[in-house]
Amino acid sequence: MLKNSFRLNDLLMTIIVWLSAALVVGAFLWLLSDLTLHGIAKLNWSFLVSAPENAGRDGGIGPILVSTLLILGVALLATIPLGLGTAVYLSEFTSGASARSIRMSLNVLAGVPSIVFGLFGNALFCIWLGLGFSILSGGLTLACMMLPIFIRSTEAGLSAVATEWRHGAAALGLTQAAALWHVLLPAAAPAIIAGLMLSIGRALAETAALIFTSGYVDRMPDSLSDSGRALSVHIYDLSMNVTGGDQSAYGSALVLIILLVVINNVAASLANRFLSQRITSS
Amino acid sequence: MIWSRHSISSPSRADATLARITGGIALAVVILLGLVLMLLVRESWPVLVDGGWTRFFVGDGWFPSSGQFNLLAMLWATLAASLGALFVAVPLGVLSAVFSRFYSPSWLIMPLRRVMVLLAGIPSVVYGLWGLTVLVPLIANWEPPGASLLSAILILALMILPTVALTSEAALAAVATSHLQGAAALGLSRTGIVLGVALPAARVGILTGALLAAMRALGETMAVLMVAGNVVQTPSSLFDPVRVLTANIALEMPYAAGDHRAALFASGLLLMLIVTVLAWLAGRIGTHSNA
Amino acid sequence: MGNEVRDPEKIWGWILTLCMVIGLNSAALADVQKLVLTGSSTIAPLALEIGKRFEKLNSGVRIDVQSGGSTRGVNDVRAGLADIGMASRALKPEERGLMVHRIATDGIGIILHQKNPVKLLKDEQIKAIFTGKITNWQQLGGEDRKITVVNKAEGRSTLELFLHHFQLKNPQIRAHVVIGDNQQGIKTVAGNVGAIGYVSIGTAEYEEAYGTPIRLLPMADVPATVANVGAGRFPLSRPLNLLSKGAPTGLAKRFITFAQSAAANDLVTAQYFVPLAR
Repeated sequence: MLKNSFRLNDLLMTIIVWLSAALVVGAFLWLLSDLTLHGIAKLNWSFLVSAPENAGRDGGIGPILVSTLLILGVALLATIPLGLGTAVYLSEFTSGASARSIRMSLNVLAGVPSIVFGLFGNALFCIWLGLGFSILSGGLTLACMMLPIFIRSTEAGLSAVATEWRHGAAALGLTQAAALWHVLLPAAAPAIIAGLMLSIGRALAETAALIFTSGYVDRMPDSLSDSGRALSVHIYDLSMNVTGGDQSAYGSALVLIILLVVINNVAASLANRFLSQRITSS
Repeated sequence: MIWSRHSISSPSRADATLARITGGIALAVVILLGLVLMLLVRESWPVLVDGGWTRFFVGDGWFPSSGQFNLLAMLWATLAASLGALFVAVPLGVLSAVFSRFYSPSWLIMPLRRVMVLLAGIPSVVYGLWGLTVLVPLIANWEPPGASLLSAILILALMILPTVALTSEAALAAVATSHLQGAAALGLSRTGIVLGVALPAARVGILTGALLAAMRALGETMAVLMVAGNVVQTPSSLFDPVRVLTANIALEMPYAAGDHRAALFASGLLLMLIVTVLAWLAGRIGTHSNA
Repeated sequence: MGNEVRDPEKIWGWILTLCMVIGLNSAALADVQKLVLTGSSTIAPLALEIGKRFEKLNSGVRIDVQSGGSTRGVNDVRAGLADIGMASRALKPEERGLMVHRIATDGIGIILHQKNPVKLLKDEQIKAIFTGKITNWQQLGGEDRKITVVNKAEGRSTLELFLHHFQLKNPQIRAHVVIGDNQQGIKTVAGNVGAIGYVSIGTAEYEEAYGTPIRLLPMADVPATVANVGAGRFPLSRPLNLLSKGAPTGLAKRFITFAQSAAANDLVTAQYFVPLAR
C-alpha cells in the first residue's frame, strides 16, 4: 500500500514538474516564433550595417547598433568598477547595520520603475550635469539600473567562496587586496559573469529610461556626447509611432535577441577561461 | 554563516586603503538612491504640502484637468496586477528550478538556463507588442475588450518568471548535497526530498527571488501600458481594463504641467514607498535565516 | 611578478588613449552648426526625414530631433532648450507668444474592424457610442456583440479635436480601452471585432491597404481619405506645426522654409500626412 502511494505521488510530482518546465519553454517558443515569423524577412547583412531610411522602414539599423553598443559600453565602464567595489566592501569589510542599510538601498534601487529612472537620468545627467541628450547620459542612467543586479550577484559569489581559502591566503601572508585579486575574485568569477549577463540583459531591454536620456536621433554618433537611438527605443518607435514600421520593428527585435545570445555565449566562455586559468593553473 | 566574514584582520596599509576606497564607492551607491528620492520629493512637493497628500486617496477619481487626483483605483490595479503575476510566476518558476535541479536530463540544464537568461533580456516593448497582437485578441474572443487585468497579469508573469526561476535555481543549488543524500539515505522518495528537504532549505533564497520579482512587476511600465487597457477604474473582474501607476506616469507625463506633473511624481514616490517596504521585508528574511 | 608592474601602466595607457579619442571627436565638431527640435512624437519621424534631406543638401549642419510630446515642444522652445518645437495641434490661449509654421495636415477618422457589418455611422450615433448610451452593435443594425470603445489618453491633441468636434467632454466618455499612440489604437481595433476607435487617416489608409483588418468610416457623408483632407472636404483634421520663439533666423529659418517648401512634399506623403496645398 505504502509503495503504491509513494509511486503515485512521485509520478504526479514528476508530471507537474515536467509540465511546468514545458509551459515555460513553450511560452518562450511561442513568443520567439511570432517574432521570427514577422521579422525574419528583414534579416540580412545590409540590414545590420546600413543606416535607417524612410523613418526606419527601409534601410537598416547600423548606426542604432553602434549607439546601443556604445551606451552599453559606457554603462559597463561605470557599473563594473562601482559594482565590484561595493560588492567587495559589502562582502569583506562591513557587516551588521551598515551592511544591511547598503543592501536595503540596493534592493530599493532595483525596484525603482524604469520611467522614474528615465526622469531621474534626464534631470541629473542631461540637465544638471549638462550632458544633454547623449550616449553618456543614457549609459550612466543604465548603469544606475544595472548596479543593484550586478552587486547582488557579485556579493553572492564572493560570499560563496569558502572561508578556508581566505584563511589560506592570510596564512600565506597575502594582504586582503592581494587575496581578492588573485584568489577570491577569480573564484567568484562565474557569479560575477552571471550577474553581468543579467544586468546587460536588463540594460538592453530598457526603453523608457533611454527615451529621456540618450534620445531619438538615429544618426551614426560621432562621439559619446552625441544623442544616439538605442535598439529598444528604435523598436518602440517603429512599432508604436511610425506607420508601417512593424516589419522593421520585428526584425530589430530579432537582432536584439541574437545580440543577447552572442553576449551570453561570450560571457559564458569568459567564465570558463577565468576558472581554468586562475585557479587550477599556477 | 554566509554573510559574515570580517574575521581576517590585516594590518596592511593596502588593505586599509582598499577598505576606504570600496567604502567610498558603496557610499556613492547609497547616495544615488538618495538622489532619486530627492528628485521625486522635489518634483512632487507642490502637491504634497499642506496635507495635500490626502488628495490622492479621496475625491471622485483621477481627473487631472479638474484637479482631482484620487489614485486609489490605480493603486489597487497595480497591486492586483503584481500579485496576480506573482501567483502565476512563482509556482511556475520554482517548479522549473526544481525541474532543472532534480528532474532534468543533464544535457537540458544549461540550455534551459540560457533560455531563462534570454527571457530576462527581451525588451518590455517586445513583450508588450506580442501581448497586444497575440494575447489581447485571444482574450477579446473570450470576453471583450481583451486588454485587461488578465492580460497584464499574464504578460507580467512571463517577464518576472526568469527572475524567480534563476534565483530559485541558485537557492536550490546552494542546498548542501549532504542534506539531500541524508534524506535519500532515510528512504525518502524524490518528491519527498524535493518537498521535504530541498525546498524548505532553499526557502530563503526562493522568497528573496519572489520579492525581487514582485519589485520588478511593480516597476514595469511599457508592456503593461500596451496590454492592460488603461482605463482608470478599480478592477472588479479579471477582464476589466485597468491602469497601473507606472503606465499612468508614462501616458500622462509628456502632457502634464504644474500640479498634474507634481501629482505624477507623487505617484512615483508612492511606488517607491511600496518597493521600500518590500525591500525591507527581503532584508528581514535574509537576517532571520542567519539567526 | 614582473607582470604586476607592467599591468597598471598598460591600463593607464588605454585610459589615456580613450580620453584622447573621445576628446578629439568632440573637438572636431566644434564648427558644425546644430539645430535641435523637440516635441510631438507624431511629427518626429517626419522631422527626422526632413532633417536628413536638409543635411544632405547643406553641408556642415546637424539637425537633432527628440520627441517628448507637443507640450514639451512648446515649453522647450519657450525656455530656449530647443531651437524649434514640434506641435501636432494649434496653440492653446496660454501658449501665445510663439510663431506657428504649419508643415502638414493630419485627418482624424473613425475606424471599425473589417468584419463589422456596420458601414456608416451618423454623428449622433458616434456620440451615443462613446458616451456609453449604445453598448451593443445590435442596436445599430450589426451583430450581437459588445462595443469596445477605444479612446485616446488625456492631453493628446487627437482626443481634444475629437471631443471638440462632437462637443463632448472627456469625463463623459465611457471608454473600454485607453491608448497612447496611433499604432496602439490600430492594433487594438484590428484585434477586436467589436472595437471602435479614431486614428490618423493617413495611418489607417496605409494599414487598410496592407491588409490590416480595419476600415475607415466616412464622417458627415465625406469618405475618410487623405485626398479629401487635402481638399479641405473632411470635417476633422489637425495641423502639424513647427514652432519658433518669434521670427526664426539663420539656420532655423532655412530649415523651416525648407520644411514648408514643395521639396519636402514627398517626405510628408511618405509619412501618410497631407502636404500643404499650394
